[in-house]
Amino acid sequence: MATEHAEHALTPSEYISHHLSFNAQSVGNGSFWTLHIDTLIMSVVLGLLVMGLVWWVARGATAGVPTKRQAFVELVFGFVDDQVKNIFHGNRHSFIAPTALTVFLWVFAMNAMDFLPVDIFAKLMHGIGFDKWRAVPTSDINTTFALALSVWILMIFFSIKVKGFGGWIHELFYSPFGTKIWVLPLNFLFNLIEYVSKPLSHSLRLFGNMYAGEVIFLLLGMWAATGLSGTIFGSILGAGWSIFHILIVALQAFIFMMLTVVYLAMAHESH
Amino acid sequence: MNINFTLIAQAIAFAVLIWFTVKFVWPPLLKAIETRQKEIADGLAAAQEGRSALEVAAKKSEATLAEAKQKATEIIGQAEKRATQIVEEAKGNAKAEGDRIITGAKAEIDQEVNRAKEGLRAQVSALAIAGAEKILRKEIDGKAHSEMLSKLAAEL
Repeated sequence: MATEHAEHALTPSEYISHHLSFNAQSVGNGSFWTLHIDTLIMSVVLGLLVMGLVWWVARGATAGVPTKRQAFVELVFGFVDDQVKNIFHGNRHSFIAPTALTVFLWVFAMNAMDFLPVDIFAKLMHGIGFDKWRAVPTSDINTTFALALSVWILMIFFSIKVKGFGGWIHELFYSPFGTKIWVLPLNFLFNLIEYVSKPLSHSLRLFGNMYAGEVIFLLLGMWAATGLSGTIFGSILGAGWSIFHILIVALQAFIFMMLTVVYLAMAHESH
Repeated sequence: MNINFTLIAQAIAFAVLIWFTVKFVWPPLLKAIETRQKEIADGLAAAQEGRSALEVAAKKSEATLAEAKQKATEIIGQAEKRATQIVEEAKGNAKAEGDRIITGAKAEIDQEVNRAKEGLRAQVSALAIAGAEKILRKEIDGKAHSEMLSKLAAEL
């Protein structure tokens, strides 16, 4: 890594901003009509890979003695199912539990891209013609917002489905503080804040963690470019941060899944 | 921090993934696991049933054994009683037979004794008469005293 960047003679800020910029393709007029090709390709490939793997195992699943592969998938299945069972007390198998499994595995896989050495991966993609490439889709705010807003829409959808449109509106004004006429605006304001803060905290928590992790890897990579001692310490600290990151990757995926389940379960409860 | 069309694309990808999982991934896994759970539960129940059946059978066999033992004891007791009875009967028969033989023998002996007594009596009377004849021949006429002598002989 050190020699690679010595050749290019990049300044630290150039190095970091290069690694933090997306491979953006414009698909229309205005800055909104832009696609992050790297985020999209990585997330879709990872989604297909991870859910495809589970599907492949699920298709050949036997009720008899399971293979080790099936046992592992069932372990994940049981883990997610248990979590959902503790939070949501309806028919979880029709939608919420599979959604939780999807969220958990997909987010985990996308987070796990952080383990790839940033420079080597970027160099590899550079080699096949992509100048800029960010490997971690969850450090793109578009991904985390897409997930959180999808969950948010599902939340509203289930709220209306369970309580009816009138019931949902009623709940917006009549909970949580009571039915006295003078607290109704307060109730509405409270619910509004809740509806805004839920997707924000949901998405920004994941984004912040993964983005910070990526930046620290970049800083360590930059340190590694400063000479022999920097390479040694940068590698050691990079290894340490990677190991710590295993926890963060799994934990953030788990938290994201749990919040998804909690939000959807709350939408099913009437007050 | 630039929000753009990627968000929509990602949301679509998410929706497709959820649909895929709901439709194709979750149900077969759930079915496999639930079927296995049911099989295990059934197996455990069957094992429990088998255990209780075994217990019942053990109890039954124990009861049968006890009954058989009791019957055997009864039969042995009866046999012993019968044996004692037979022995007693045999003893009784033997005693009766012995008594009968003894009685017969006694009667015969009595007869013999009586016969001997008769003989003796006759001989003694004859001897007495002969002795008395010898003594009285000298003094008394035999014919005159014979009546008295035969009276004597009858008294002996």
